[in-house]
Amino acid sequence: MNRLELTGLSVRPAQVWGGVRLVPLVREEPVEGLRLHREVYEGFGAGLVEAGPRTHYTSYIPHGFVADWSGGGAQSAAYGTQLDDGGPPRTVRLPRHRHHRMAKRQPGDRLRFLPLHLALEGYLSLHFGGPSVAWEEWSRQALREGLSPRAEDAFLGWSVRGLGDALRVFEIHPGQCGVMVYVSDALAGAFVVPHPADYRLLHATLMEDLYGELVHQYAMYGAPVAEFAARIRGGAHLRTLGDLRAAAVAQERAWAEAHDSLFARELLDSSYGFERVYRMGSFTLWRFLPSFVRDGSGQHIGETITDHRGRVAYLKTFRLSDAQIRRGHLLHTLSDAQWSLSSAAVALGTSEQELARRVRAAGFAALLKGHV
Amino acid sequence: MPTADAVPGTGADAGTGADAGTGAGTGTEAGLVAAEDVLLFVNAAITATGQREFRSEAHQQQLSLDFLHEYVRVNYRRVYAASLALDINDHNAALIVRGLLENASEASAEERRTEGRLIAARLATLPPQRVYRLFGALRRAKVNNRRTRAIMRDWLAARPDLAHDAVKYRAGLKTAARHIHLRRPGGEGTPDEVGAFLFRPGRLPRYRHGLLDAWRRAHYEQGAVHELPFTVAEGFAARHGMEREAFLGRMVPRMTRLERLRTQGQRSTGAVPRLPPDVDLTVMPLTRLALYVLSLGFDVRAAHRAELTGALRAAARRAAGPDAGSWGRVAAVLDDSYSSSGSGQKRRRPLAVALACHFLLEALAAPGAYRPLWTSGGTDPLLVRPWGPTPLGLCVLDALEPGPGGVPDRLIIVSDGWDNAPPGLAGEVLRVWRARLDPGRRTAALHMNPVYDADGFDVRRLAPSVPTAGIRDAEDLPALVEIAQFAEGRTGPAELYRYLDRRVARFVDGGTRRDHDEEAVAR
Repeated sequence: MNRLELTGLSVRPAQVWGGVRLVPLVREEPVEGLRLHREVYEGFGAGLVEAGPRTHYTSYIPHGFVADWSGGGAQSAAYGTQLDDGGPPRTVRLPRHRHHRMAKRQPGDRLRFLPLHLALEGYLSLHFGGPSVAWEEWSRQALREGLSPRAEDAFLGWSVRGLGDALRVFEIHPGQCGVMVYVSDALAGAFVVPHPADYRLLHATLMEDLYGELVHQYAMYGAPVAEFAARIRGGAHLRTLGDLRAAAVAQERAWAEAHDSLFARELLDSSYGFERVYRMGSFTLWRFLPSFVRDGSGQHIGETITDHRGRVAYLKTFRLSDAQIRRGHLLHTLSDAQWSLSSAAVALGTSEQELARRVRAAGFAALLKGHV
Repeated sequence: MPTADAVPGTGADAGTGADAGTGAGTGTEAGLVAAEDVLLFVNAAITATGQREFRSEAHQQQLSLDFLHEYVRVNYRRVYAASLALDINDHNAALIVRGLLENASEASAEERRTEGRLIAARLATLPPQRVYRLFGALRRAKVNNRRTRAIMRDWLAARPDLAHDAVKYRAGLKTAARHIHLRRPGGEGTPDEVGAFLFRPGRLPRYRHGLLDAWRRAHYEQGAVHELPFTVAEGFAARHGMEREAFLGRMVPRMTRLERLRTQGQRSTGAVPRLPPDVDLTVMPLTRLALYVLSLGFDVRAAHRAELTGALRAAARRAAGPDAGSWGRVAAVLDDSYSSSGSGQKRRRPLAVALACHFLLEALAAPGAYRPLWTSGGTDPLLVRPWGPTPLGLCVLDALEPGPGGVPDRLIIVSDGWDNAPPGLAGEVLRVWRARLDPGRRTAALHMNPVYDADGFDVRRLAPSVPTAGIRDAEDLPALVEIAQFAEGRTGPAELYRYLDRRVARFVDGGTRRDHDEEAVAR
């Protein structure tokens, strides 16, 4: 699997508020056998995760998602109504500051994972180990510790201007299971859940999600975007109400097609490297990374849950900024060249000095020895 | 923007007081612009209350409204005053009165006389708490000319019982009396107990007026609390630490109808939801009743379906009056999308207006010739809730389908003007339909909008070919239909001004007293 399949999800007309365009995704039928719940953590999102032995991941974590594939979730979606067996509400019961692992199995057929953090961790640990061959250009530290530590910046939904208002005035469609968020008509993220009731509850969590710096800048400096208002042309041949209705329905269809080919193209047409994180019944939790091709289009990292047929039941994406794509590209090239500076320079069509400069400019100065 | 030259009714054109400007500019382009400005202002004055709406904040609303008031007051002063005679809301009526009094020097003597009569007539219909607040604002703005004092004095003199006001609106009455140097608010009789009550409290050992004396005794005697108006008694009850439920039970006879409805939840005990037995729902104004119905849970609404529907139908029949059954075949598109939930300050107002319009249109239409279409696709008006998107375009198409008796005679759309699935489709459908399918205007289409759009200084429109009118209370619908025809552009500004004149004349002479159900009920 190397592509995202959004079959079963159809697009409804976008709702625009200022510079934010929200495109609802509607499912004809909810995905059977999987529900998502939200888990709220104390401490205003300051989270520490034990990612492995003596490895920690520190980030803003406002909440976690609990995927429930026990099948018992079909009759209820409400957060806090499941497996509570009369105890106190889950918000109080799980004030966990240290999370053990990004994705952690919980009692019953449930899996807790931290939204978007899987994807980010995947990006951060890209070629984490550093050079496997001791070329003389690589510093002692690079050979011993690899890329550690690495940090990336992201912006909270609250600080993306206009997003809060847009989400507040957004009118949720019946059967809606997802949304695509565009800021200044750049795809900022996609969010898909298995069931409409889950979406209703998780709609507001989009405010607490992470967004790339590009999104923040676009929201800050971008102008309001235009609404794609319906236009019925060629009125001359419309003689009956039936004609008019056909023309109106055609408008809706035209929008859906335009959206898939025009807006969501960069998300749907790219190929991704998928990595399986967890398998639960017929569902699989993946994280994916883009190919880091530097062709100027937007690239997204993310995580997804697919069913046995490869249909997306859950999806959350994060748009990388240009600098982040550059870093990924650089690391990929170096890794492909077995971390040899000279062959990487050949692959990039540049000189070794230039490549060393780029490595430093990308913030990986600690990798290189001083004399390079 | 028209210049002052185009302002109707200025200069030598000094007609009667009711002449709201049949003067210069009518019929010309400037006259058309002026007429548009007037309609814009009327729409705003009906819908805007300076409170938060679903899509704009309170401060945006206030800024927008302030600008509009100033613009119309400076450019069309006569129209500005004349709009007091229309069904504008109380908030704007108070703003207009204040604007007129604060800027009295801009008006001629003749205009001032007309304004004085309009203001007096309007103040008589405003709820007293609003008038006292207005008087307070005038005092803060240091407006204290002879005319203002006369208007305030006359209004106070017309109050049925100043002692009641002194207890219930103590600060307001005191400020007003002090502002106009009214030494003896209670009249010329001796001794002036109200004056003593307001300005020399604690001086008289007892009052002969029952209410004033009850207020005095309520400070130390719990029994006297129940003789006071509800809002005043609430404070004393809290002070005495009286039990809320028992207190409310005993206060019922002294409550206004709205207070009874408001406290219903606290008074009724037990899990079984029930309607207040002490309020006759059938005599409530239609929109108020719709708001009340929407405030109830689904189970209560379902359990009392017959009762509530009956009350809504009765109120609608009363509001329809002699027009009942005279509108022929009516199709209505009613917006119950998520945005009709309004805001925290105007909770469910747009939805309540739609619900009230539903029952009113049912009464206005010929029997059995009414077809409602809710945007959510629901068919049970009693169980509406604000949810989902606004696919207005397809709803309009459904409404235009010929019914059993043929095409509808009237199409009424009640919506906040936002149409998002897909956006703009309703406007396109209406445009093409008007241009291609119904150029002869067999069906009269009208868009009623309960939400003021702060950015546009008007209510949002769906299509230029369909007139849009602001609406606050569904009861005003028949009157608004009259105004809306001016917006269609087929009648000129001259008719609009004549219409305004008629309304002013009727208002100043007869006084179309609206049903403000505060106050009077309790006493």
